[in-house]
Amino acid sequence: MKDFTLALAQMSPKLGLVSDNVHRVLELAEEAAKAGAHLAVFPELCLTGYFLRDLAHDVAMSPGDALLSPLYKMSRRLDLVVSFVEESAEGFPHISAAYLSGGSLVHVHRKVYLPTYGMFEDARFYAHGKSLGAFQTPLGRMALLICEDFWHPNLSYLAALDGAQMILCPASSPARIPEKPGFASANWLKKLTTMLAGTYGLYVAYANRVGFEDGVGFSGDSHVVCPDGTVQAEAALLREDLILTPISGEAVRRQRRTLPLLRDEDPHLIQREMARILNKGDQP
Amino acid sequence: MTYSLPPGLPMLGRLDGSEESVVELLTGFIRDQSHRIGITKAVLGLSGGIDSALSAALAAKSLGPENVTAIVMPYATSNPQSEKDAQEVAKHLGIQLLKVDITPMVDAYFRGRPEASPLRRGNKMARERMTILYDHSAELKALVVGTSNKTEILLGYGTQFGDLASAMNPIGDLYKLQVYALARHLRIPKSVLEKAPSADLWEGQTDEEELGFSYDVADQVLYRLVDQRFSLEELEALGFHRTLLNLIEHRLRTSHYKRKPPIIAKVNRRTVGRDFLYSRDWGT
Repeated sequence: MKDFTLALAQMSPKLGLVSDNVHRVLELAEEAAKAGAHLAVFPELCLTGYFLRDLAHDVAMSPGDALLSPLYKMSRRLDLVVSFVEESAEGFPHISAAYLSGGSLVHVHRKVYLPTYGMFEDARFYAHGKSLGAFQTPLGRMALLICEDFWHPNLSYLAALDGAQMILCPASSPARIPEKPGFASANWLKKLTTMLAGTYGLYVAYANRVGFEDGVGFSGDSHVVCPDGTVQAEAALLREDLILTPISGEAVRRQRRTLPLLRDEDPHLIQREMARILNKGDQP
Repeated sequence: MTYSLPPGLPMLGRLDGSEESVVELLTGFIRDQSHRIGITKAVLGLSGGIDSALSAALAAKSLGPENVTAIVMPYATSNPQSEKDAQEVAKHLGIQLLKVDITPMVDAYFRGRPEASPLRRGNKMARERMTILYDHSAELKALVVGTSNKTEILLGYGTQFGDLASAMNPIGDLYKLQVYALARHLRIPKSVLEKAPSADLWEGQTDEEELGFSYDVADQVLYRLVDQRFSLEELEALGFHRTLLNLIEHRLRTSHYKRKPPIIAKVNRRTVGRDFLYSRDWGT
């Protein structure tokens, strides 16, 4: 991992209005670039808004869509992570996030875990992503997880095993359940990001949105956790914000010297036991 | 029979340090719902009670007191103290207070219907108030702000298309104890904080006498039943009286129609409210 400046753009997308959102992303990317950022991470579905429901098909696009050209162009100035509804070749919509750098598409991640319980109905409208892996960027080896993906620690585990030294997590997490200082949903998430960052000795960049859709307010509270598990930068709760923070490759190495849990991982054991558990079927 | 809280039961649903974040969420909600459709004003019924006082305080904080109009709408048998309390709240918040006496309209209808029950008369009053609020909404280009709290919505303690009607309800997910906590936090006048809750639809009416249990008790049952998905058996094991639980469960279940839009028989492929699914904020 190189030393670089990371920006988290905590914005409020407009529901279903892709061009407006592209424009807003460009404004914020410009601001981040001027302030010295090398990478700007935007929230889940920053280009479309979250509670699309039957609108998902109307706004779905391929990563090569013309509407995205200005973002590719901006990625010559700084790397970008943006999220949109991706229509697969088979015609099914996914919640996706793309890493853009130097005018090109570096990687696309399709959201694997689609929350479909309580207030969420992702799986009603979208297809599941079927893969998770780290990828190489000019700034270092990274992984992309989208919102609910991060609530399943096993995906961070895979990302760490695959060599990621930073997990980028665009999110659209609603504020719910009052709990000092704000909401239990945000507090729980921060427990996860800090715990996983410190356990695997990597950076976690959590970029959540704000704003309201249908009475649901999104909490914001975007933050960056450094490899020792401490929060090194945090954005406001409930309000638009743009935060910049320095990233250091040495911080990753330092944590892994102190707490080498990743070194001692035994993925072959995991694979054996996983095969055993999966082959059990209905047997006790 | 008076139902009391089981001794030693933890009080759930308390805000305890998250009040400011909840206020920020609710004021953001009011501002967003209004501004996204180009409206800057709000109108609401001020009864002199704590729920409408809180809604008014939140609306004033979100949009500015100069953009909030409150209307007190007494009937001949309304407690005169209610109007005084409404005046005190309006003065405290710096919002305009209008008065519309609903006695002539309601009496005109019931002239020749002397057999009408107190329930019918109460519902007519509630709906008369609703029509006045909606007329002012059109006249002032303001949105009608709701004043029903979560506890009464769950218990069905409100008039369908009457006081339950609004364009947006900032307190509809707040249990009564949370309404009190926020009202205290926002310094609502003491006289309003301390009076017994009442719909004031007939002389001497109090919520707790009509319901058969206190809001304190109802909140602790409903918070567990609804938000935490406890079963009735688990609640009984905690020490709540079975008769109380049956009373609450019965009200909760049989009032559900008041919480749903009018039911439409399905005939075609995509039916409104069932599989024609767009966010309420569609296009805004």
